[in-house]
Amino acid sequence: MTLPEPGIWGPVLAILAMALATYLCRISGVVLMGFIPLTPHVRRGLAALPGSIIAATVLPLIERLGPAAAVALLAAIGSMVLRRSELLALLVGMGTIAGLRALGF
Amino acid sequence: MGHAAFPVSAAGMLLGIRRVSVLMPGVIIFAVAFGAAASAKGLSLFETLLMSALVYGGISQLIALELWRPEWSWGGIVALAALTATVNARMVLQGASLQPWFAHYPKSLNAFHLFFFTDANWVIGTRYHTEGGRDLGVLIGAGLALWLVWILFTIPGHALGALMADPRRLGIDLVLPIFFAAMIVPLWRGKRAAVPWLVAGIVALVTSKLVDGYAFIIVGSLSGALVGAFTDDAA
Repeated sequence: MTLPEPGIWGPVLAILAMALATYLCRISGVVLMGFIPLTPHVRRGLAALPGSIIAATVLPLIERLGPAAAVALLAAIGSMVLRRSELLALLVGMGTIAGLRALGF
Repeated sequence: MGHAAFPVSAAGMLLGIRRVSVLMPGVIIFAVAFGAAASAKGLSLFETLLMSALVYGGISQLIALELWRPEWSWGGIVALAALTATVNARMVLQGASLQPWFAHYPKSLNAFHLFFFTDANWVIGTRYHTEGGRDLGVLIGAGLALWLVWILFTIPGHALGALMADPRRLGIDLVLPIFFAAMIVPLWRGKRAAVPWLVAGIVALVTSKLVDGYAFIIVGSLSGALVGAFTDDAA
């Protein structure tokens, strides 16, 4: 017996499959860590994880997006150091990239 | 729910909504841009809203549009799900990093609020927990508020459609990097604690050169965590 083709339900099924995959990503880290004892090593590893996720996400993306993006990001970090406002950092970063791209960078 | 030291309070939910409000402009721009790109790719408003409501992961949704087609085979659906999982695999690590906090709450509550767990939510939760906060309501309030705004602003984007054909000009591809980079500042605990981050960044850079796709996030992050695990606490 073969499964009938998705047909008109294709787009909805594709969205449901994406939703399932994403929900599994959301819960699996929490479920997995439930089985790992919190030894001092694991605790230190978890403490280093948030900054590591950020660095591992941002650096390659910036490398792909180019120098204008790097400048915009440094501007955003600088504003965050001075003012500690995520909103301002976003405005500074987006303003910088929009300006640089408008100038042809 | 929870117990005295680990509450879920209405005050916490309000605090979460307040904290997430500063991230809203970025999320709104992203939602409008996604709605516009979805309509340009031929998704109906229903399909667009369904994706925003159920997947609720901006980058994976934008990438899915690249592969979108009117006719779907089972193989195509499975491939799309697999791609979505690799793009969103960072959520596995984000969830793991907050598990010591979540572990104090019932499994059913965690299963519920994790549906709304996303980058902005993780940024807020990590900062709040690092500052000593323990009220899970903060994460739930932030997640629900963001989810509603995300769905709502997909609608005008879908209506604008072709008018916003190039979301790149708005700088939308920089929203997530800016959120993440700005978070480095409150997370900063001195140079010594930043060594694992540097390792994570370099390993991710090299991985992104060698391997297609988004594996670099996972490989880099785990390398950083591993270095952190075997580094003594700052003296």
